[in-house]
Amino acid sequence: MSAVQTPSPAQDDTRRRGPLAEVLFSLLRSRTFLVGIAIVLFWVVCALFGEHFVPYDPLADDIINALAPPSREHWFGTDQIGRDVFSRVIVGSRDILTVAPLATLLATVAGTALGLLTGYFRGLVDDVVSRILEAFMAIPVVIVALLAIVALGTSKTTVIVVIGLSFAPIIARTVRSAVLAERELDYVAAAQLRHENALHTMFVEILPNVIPPILVETTVRLGYAIFAVATLSFMGFGIQPPSPDWGLSISSNYGMIGGGFWWTVLFDALAIASLVIGVNLAADGVHGAFND
Amino acid sequence: MTLFLLSVMVFLGGQVLPGNVGRAILGPFADQRAVDALNHTLGVDRPLLTQYWSWISNFVQGDMGTSYIFRSPVAPFVIDALGNSMKLAAVAFVLVVPIGILGGVIAALNLNRPLDRIISLGGLSVTVLPEFVTGIILILIFGVWLRWLPISAAWPKDAGFLTQLYYLILPALPLFLVLFGYIARMARSGMIEALDSDYTRTAVLKGLPWRTVIWRHVLRNALLPTITVIATQTGYLIGGLVVIETLFRYQGIGSLIFTAARGKDFPMLESGILTIGIVYAVATLVADFLYSVLNPRIRLGSDQ
Repeated sequence: MSAVQTPSPAQDDTRRRGPLAEVLFSLLRSRTFLVGIAIVLFWVVCALFGEHFVPYDPLADDIINALAPPSREHWFGTDQIGRDVFSRVIVGSRDILTVAPLATLLATVAGTALGLLTGYFRGLVDDVVSRILEAFMAIPVVIVALLAIVALGTSKTTVIVVIGLSFAPIIARTVRSAVLAERELDYVAAAQLRHENALHTMFVEILPNVIPPILVETTVRLGYAIFAVATLSFMGFGIQPPSPDWGLSISSNYGMIGGGFWWTVLFDALAIASLVIGVNLAADGVHGAFND
Repeated sequence: MTLFLLSVMVFLGGQVLPGNVGRAILGPFADQRAVDALNHTLGVDRPLLTQYWSWISNFVQGDMGTSYIFRSPVAPFVIDALGNSMKLAAVAFVLVVPIGILGGVIAALNLNRPLDRIISLGGLSVTVLPEFVTGIILILIFGVWLRWLPISAAWPKDAGFLTQLYYLILPALPLFLVLFGYIARMARSGMIEALDSDYTRTAVLKGLPWRTVIWRHVLRNALLPTITVIATQTGYLIGGLVVIETLFRYQGIGSLIFTAARGKDFPMLESGILTIGIVYAVATLVADFLYSVLNPRIRLGSDQ
């Protein structure tokens, strides 16, 4: 990255490292953050290595044992074609933990760029872009997703792009308001007097100073992204069968819960719940650490 | 502005449909001439701008076009569905607004005590969960295990008001849970700010009873931001309705859009989404109006 080679004076660097260590320290003391990150890490480990320690192949059917209630052989029972629910829940974290972070990353990159542009230039650029972003924010993600999926067809990429682009305006708004405060400071005036070009001033001078709000917003958005990905795969968009994804499993099994086959959906629902709550607890911790 | 952008987006979203409309309806083996004829009847072979103009000007006049799938006017479907969704949303709102505000107020009055912790943390946890997850868990508890409530929202024909209400409680609960957290949090922070203010201190110091201070001075100021939040949540609520109506097989505007999207029923999809946009715009307007009624400081116009 070119950011490393900037002529930033040495004292600037130490000034930045000090608070960073402090933030890390207060993160590690925050009980909320530790509990949250522990839950998230658990699911990350399941996503990465789950395959190797689950008792059954999550995709292998076994019609004779279909819809078996939880037992010693099948801890969480089996689904309608006899697949082991426990194995599917463990491995089911994989898709959501790929799609949601990628969508958040896209939202952060696009949102940061937009926020820097609108905050730095203000005036006409800001007015036009902000109005368009506001209009976008008024439309629920599910609706945007429905339209995009009708138009582009359903795939993981569509879901990443849809969620990424719908969250970008929200991040842009946060970045913009941080930039508006920063651009009045002397170091920005100094850069402008040096005749640095606008891109340099925005991305090299201002960007490092607005990282904290961006980080906080990103962790919060990750929680919402998981919410959205889970919802979309429940609606049948994005992640496709035979993936053992949680939302997808619920959508293919919930039609039978009237018959009392609760184990086919309950564990997936609890898994989504725990992941979402974990991410939000961690986000809460990050927020607290930067704002103390 | 938002509505215009939304309409253009909806329109373009429909236009870049993979394959053409006639082909999609008649299937891959239909005769090309039949496909062309159908496209001509539906008017989808005209230039984009002409199509957009005729669509939007008809919509404004209440003509929403003809459904590709049902071959009958879209408007009655949309109006029916909107009515059903409004019933569901109304049940959720009637439950959540008073309870959410009450929760927030109680939490603020017990700041940092266990009761506050329970309300704040509980509210936060249920708010972040997707509606279909809480929905599934609630269906399991109340519908499957306890058998207190029906697991589908489709009530029998000619059901009276109370029966309909009985069928709507379970679908409304997930929406309630998501909204509860937001509303309680806003009410709580508004209360904390108002309790901390100079005018509250003045009221206490001049010897007013605590009850009067809370009712007259604190609540009124504390609840203003909450009203704005409630209004902005209509946007969310619509997204939530799509999910809930699918989960409970309820014939509302959300499931109408969902089915239209799956069946590529372009006029139905467009009209549904545009209707939602209008509802949202109206809700925002009403919120602005309420806000100015409740807050004399920003009341517009020439009062004396």
